[in-house]
Amino acid sequence: MLTTATGNKAVAAAAKEARPGVVAAYPITPQTEIVEQLANYVADGSLDADYIPVESEHSAMAACIGASAAGVRTFTATSSHGLLYMHEMLHWAAGARTPVVMANVNRALGPGWNTWAEHTDAFSQRDTGWLQVFVSTVQEAYDATLMAFRIAEDERVILPVMVNLDGFSLSHITQSLETVEVGDFIPQFHLSHAIDTEHPRGYGTMTGPDIYYRFRWDIERSMRASREVIAETEAEFARRFGRVYGPVEEYRSEDADVVIVALGTLGKEAEVAVDSLRDDGVKAGSMRLRWFRPFPRLDLSGREVVVIDRDYSFGFGGVIAQSIRATTRAEPCSVIAGLGGQEVTYDDIARFVREREAGKETWFGVSD
Amino acid sequence: MFEIRIHSRGGQGGVTAAKLIAQAAFHDGKCATAFPFYGAERRGAPVVSFVRISDEPIKVYSQVRNPDMVVVLDASVMDATDVFAGLKEGGAVVINTTEPPSIKGHPVHAVDLTGIALRVNLVVAGSPILNTPVLGSLARIGLISKDAALKAIAETFADPRNVEAAKTAYEETKQ
Repeated sequence: MLTTATGNKAVAAAAKEARPGVVAAYPITPQTEIVEQLANYVADGSLDADYIPVESEHSAMAACIGASAAGVRTFTATSSHGLLYMHEMLHWAAGARTPVVMANVNRALGPGWNTWAEHTDAFSQRDTGWLQVFVSTVQEAYDATLMAFRIAEDERVILPVMVNLDGFSLSHITQSLETVEVGDFIPQFHLSHAIDTEHPRGYGTMTGPDIYYRFRWDIERSMRASREVIAETEAEFARRFGRVYGPVEEYRSEDADVVIVALGTLGKEAEVAVDSLRDDGVKAGSMRLRWFRPFPRLDLSGREVVVIDRDYSFGFGGVIAQSIRATTRAEPCSVIAGLGGQEVTYDDIARFVREREAGKETWFGVSD
Repeated sequence: MFEIRIHSRGGQGGVTAAKLIAQAAFHDGKCATAFPFYGAERRGAPVVSFVRISDEPIKVYSQVRNPDMVVVLDASVMDATDVFAGLKEGGAVVINTTEPPSIKGHPVHAVDLTGIALRVNLVVAGSPILNTPVLGSLARIGLISKDAALKAIAETFADPRNVEAAKTAYEETKQ
């Protein structure tokens, strides 16, 4: 069905279509609309799920882990400080191999208190063992949420998935949305190690130096296998529903001399900058990274690269710029822009490209 | 791409007006995005929201700086805000007022949305509702079709007075 929706409403509609058995959630701006809408679905009977209104985000994730360990599909959503408060449980969800799906509406961290878009909240969870995808339109928020369940629950993965969307810039924007009937695109959830009261087992027991590393390696093995599962899932999604996704969305990058790398809504607005640069004779292209974990394999050979980081790792650099340095031979020009919702236009992005200098880091709006 | 900036006060429904316009444009077969500028939310403070309408998918997420049209739901914000800032040459202005100002170089479409809302008793918690009748005005000046405007309102609000007020505003908006 074709309709209009905000990014938040689209995520809620997709989560409902995936039929989770448990939704445990705690509200936080700018995510609240998602869990509020899911509560409405449960209240009006259109979603047959146990809705657990917990007292904190730490408990929300703990409840999702418990339900998932019992073999039940689970969903939650959070933002910013809520995500940070879950941190311990995020490691636990991956370690316990509970394929929880969560929407994270990217928001800056206080102080100073700020409810606008930034990616540092998600990137600070990068080593938890969660898969992370970043979206750029209302439609993509819906589609990625649906695919997240299939990817997380695939027996080759069995890891949690985080769907990231920009606070306000996407969570509160209204665009057109085509909803789908998911059918058997998301198969029934089967967890081979699910709690079974008929056959009691121990969970979360002491795991000594003789065996612990095996469990860590097992997570990494699944993370590596997830690349194939993601590709299969995105191909199957395209076959059934006609919309095509990949690890990276490339725009006019094939013959480009300079490529803009960015995520989320800035990655989409970069395409407008590419068009205007091309009109001025600059052979520009863009690569919008969709997946952050597992990190995409990029071919940037022979091209200049401008990375826009809506995040920062203090004492080290922009997380994406450093990731590009670590995984390619590129020496990117690093631009730190859009922190805490800082306004960045396509004209600004075009200027980042015109004024690029390989290896240099610039903070947009800072002159000292 | 056609860009619109809506000026109102917190609580007057400017954000919902933007959503309804996008919804109507969508019914007309266009691509549209609507979004508010969120500051610290304060009832009564001047607020802005934005709509973009295009035949192509819209990739721009930054704020509208050079609108093709400005809509003023509460003329009193003009004391505090330059509502014409960045308005394109010849760009139209739609104002809820009984005393239409003359703005050099810009067509002004005046309509008494407050009066219309009061006449059909479209009042919630003591405040006249402006964001549904304004769609009638925008249909009159050709931004969206009248059918699409009424459809967007009807699918969002159950109270038929919203549609009634929009129809009245359609008739009473000066072209």
